[in-house]
Amino acid sequence: MEEVILRTEGLTKHYGGVHALENANFELRMGEHVAIMGDNGAGKSTFVRQITGVEQRTSGKIIFGGQEVQFKGPLDARQAGIETVFQNLALADDLDVPSNLFLGREKIWLNLGPFSILDFKGMRAATEKALLRTAVKIPNLSNSIRKMSGGQRQCVAIARTATFASKLIIMDEPTAALGVQETTQVENIIRTLKVNGEPLIIVSHNMRQVFDLADRIVVFRRGRIVANLNKSETNGQDVVAYITGAKTGAEYADAA
Amino acid sequence: MAQATHGVGGLKYDASKRARPPELSVFVALLLIVATFEILGRLVIGDSFLFNTRENVAGLFNQQRLEVIILQVSIVGIIAIGVTQVIITGGIDLSSGSVVGATAMIAMSFAQVAIVNGNPNPKAIFPELGWLDLPVIVPILVGMGCGLIAGLINGSLIAYTRIPPFIATLGMMVAARGLSRWWSTGNPISFPTESYAAIGKGLMPVMIFITLAILFQLIMSYTKYGRHCYAIGSNEEAARVSGIKVEHHKVLVYVIAGVLASVAALVLSSKNLTAQAGMGVMYELDAIAMTVIGGASLAGGRGSIIGTVIGALIFGVIISGFTFLKLDAYYQEMVKGVIIVGAVVLDQWRQRRQAIGG
Repeated sequence: MEEVILRTEGLTKHYGGVHALENANFELRMGEHVAIMGDNGAGKSTFVRQITGVEQRTSGKIIFGGQEVQFKGPLDARQAGIETVFQNLALADDLDVPSNLFLGREKIWLNLGPFSILDFKGMRAATEKALLRTAVKIPNLSNSIRKMSGGQRQCVAIARTATFASKLIIMDEPTAALGVQETTQVENIIRTLKVNGEPLIIVSHNMRQVFDLADRIVVFRRGRIVANLNKSETNGQDVVAYITGAKTGAEYADAA
Repeated sequence: MAQATHGVGGLKYDASKRARPPELSVFVALLLIVATFEILGRLVIGDSFLFNTRENVAGLFNQQRLEVIILQVSIVGIIAIGVTQVIITGGIDLSSGSVVGATAMIAMSFAQVAIVNGNPNPKAIFPELGWLDLPVIVPILVGMGCGLIAGLINGSLIAYTRIPPFIATLGMMVAARGLSRWWSTGNPISFPTESYAAIGKGLMPVMIFITLAILFQLIMSYTKYGRHCYAIGSNEEAARVSGIKVEHHKVLVYVIAGVLASVAALVLSSKNLTAQAGMGVMYELDAIAMTVIGGASLAGGRGSIIGTVIGALIFGVIISGFTFLKLDAYYQEMVKGVIIVGAVVLDQWRQRRQAIGG
């Protein structure tokens, strides 16, 4: 049996009286790519925010890498090995590619506290390696991100997650703001990650993309998980039925 | 693979895709302004601005004029080094001029001599405490301490109470000016010790300015501190989720700016051999102007110490050029104002063009 990298048990989040997420039981195995789908306000982003430590859950358990975890903030989650590509990119526009990749965890050549001298060569080499690994194409690494296209910027953000020995990558609608060509580029990176056996959770509205990239599809509706489908055993119409509420998975019958 | 493909992922390295350093255009502007004064000088008053025209003095260039140009901007230039760092992080520091005034007054009072021409120092403010003729390190440390405290207050207010930097440093600007008036009830403080007077003697201000400029240029380009300044200035939220301690960093930036302002105060009061409550008025604006002319963006994220040094030189050349053309000082101020606004308009235009093109 494959090892489970992430499991949530009864994960629940209430915003005051709004039950944004209710009793979510979710499992992700090593090397698996899972897509999260659902209508707006179904609880997808809330679910992601609990796992990445951006918000604190109301109740429930998160077991990551075999241990129960309690992230106080996004930094804790990153240190544990969960890398997130947010919809609004967390990049510094005026810095070049290596500086962005290593933002907040720079390689140090000589440690002098805040005035530590940076190891530019090391960061550049690691950047080139990460970009090759994800097959990202960047004409010049030393240019600032500002001058790059949306797709290239998204690729840099994704390469950043792959630079570090991350155990889990989460992407929240990574192609929502991108053109056709750029979307293809990002999808290619995701395929590369699959080949490399890196587990991934992708939140997406795009049915074609989900069927292209994911092994399994988890559907959220009104704060609950209503279906857990293997790609080979389902089709687009079926998934839509679950999203809109025409159907509910047998094991989730009580959730409807 | 051959060196020819310096891009990554199979893309050819494209030299034309390499960004031109913004300092280059500022430097070209400096050269153009010098050339303008040279031509105007030859046409209007028949003298050279840049070159040596006197037969009894050796050398190709008019060394005296060059020295004056850099000497008169070096003290504000020291402040501008700190202001540049503040502006790169997306902040602003309006308090530096007043910090100069307060620091000059306080430091000078610890640098006074007891006996002037055989009589007790008439302006001494600590005679009964015996705080006269102290070793020079005492006023230096006291002065830099003043800058440190001012920066610490500025930085803490901005980082932890989240009030806009404009307001926090505006408060410091008014309060520090009040402090410098209160310190000696408005009287000037004079007669420093010889060792104190040596700090700003001759070309010492230039030496200090250049040394600090080189030091901070290296810090901004090669250290974690510098990287984080640019990161916070371009996207504060990204910096925060990337694990940069944004609050700590901001306090440090304002402390450095405050200490640099106090160094400027030491140099200035030493050079003038006196400290007055009104010292440093408008210096903060000159320093901001030098920074902006030097290519820094008031939105944060862009700028450099080299740029600011060139900006300071542009300032010096213009003031010196107006004197050389025997124009009234009134015009200087007006033209300075035009240049400051022009530099910001240019920056906005550059940004908008990038936004459309990118």
